[in-house]
Amino acid sequence: MYEVIAFYLFAALTIAMFTIVVMSKNALYAMSALAGGMIFISGFFFLLDAEFLGVVQIVVYSGAIMALYAFGMMFFDTTRDVSEKMRSKKIAYTLFVLSAILMVVILSAPLVSSSVQANFPIVEHVGNVQMIGLVLFTKYLIPFELAAIMLLVAMIAGIVLASKKMDEHLNIEDEEIGNVKESR
Amino acid sequence: MIGLTHYLVLTGILFSIGLVGVMRRTNLLMLFFSTEILLNAVNIGFVAVSKFYGDLSGQMFAFFIIAVAASEVAVGLGLLILWYKRNGSVDLNSLQMMKG
Repeated sequence: MYEVIAFYLFAALTIAMFTIVVMSKNALYAMSALAGGMIFISGFFFLLDAEFLGVVQIVVYSGAIMALYAFGMMFFDTTRDVSEKMRSKKIAYTLFVLSAILMVVILSAPLVSSSVQANFPIVEHVGNVQMIGLVLFTKYLIPFELAAIMLLVAMIAGIVLASKKMDEHLNIEDEEIGNVKESR
Repeated sequence: MIGLTHYLVLTGILFSIGLVGVMRRTNLLMLFFSTEILLNAVNIGFVAVSKFYGDLSGQMFAFFIIAVAASEVAVGLGLLILWYKRNGSVDLNSLQMMKG
């Protein structure tokens, strides 16, 4: 009973938050709603006995990624409303039809593949974090190392890309501040 | 009782919300947000399948998807900041160099 209530509560909250993200005109509201939705999704992970992923979801998504977006937004003009023009209707209709077909395929996929065999079965009376550690560092060791290298490359790329022309930008702002001071 | 179907339907709803976002938004920052929604929806599906089939592979996939999402945001946001400094706009239409 508790599980049913929690599921429907989290489902309603997540759908509401993500709808705000998609429909909102203000970038700041969209970001806050996205952070809320991430937290509610971690609730699903706890419901599904995946405690490790729930914690990772909170730490990585709501902590790191949202903080990165928040820092990135300092570079953009976020107080202004996002103005968007819809392009040709024909492209939109084609995409809607394609996404409808995609939805049908996604929802009917478990019916076709009803004979799924468990590769790494979940053992009773062993904690989720312990099981994940065992599987991650035996069967998925090479993907894990590759993911680490990928994160390192992404970090260096992010630093290099974002720090380009940083000093010039700051110089312009200093001049503007000086001009304002002189005009007073 | 809540079964696999409930979670898959929820995944489908969240995924289509993300798809609507990808289609109707032309602001690049909003497109990044919609991509996050898509990745999260798929994560819920993977973990639900992992629970109801008693298999840990789904959780492993969700874990690697989170790693991919983190690196995507780092690189994408760096490129976005660079583009904003050059053009003063993060609108998708400003990316059309050759006016086709």
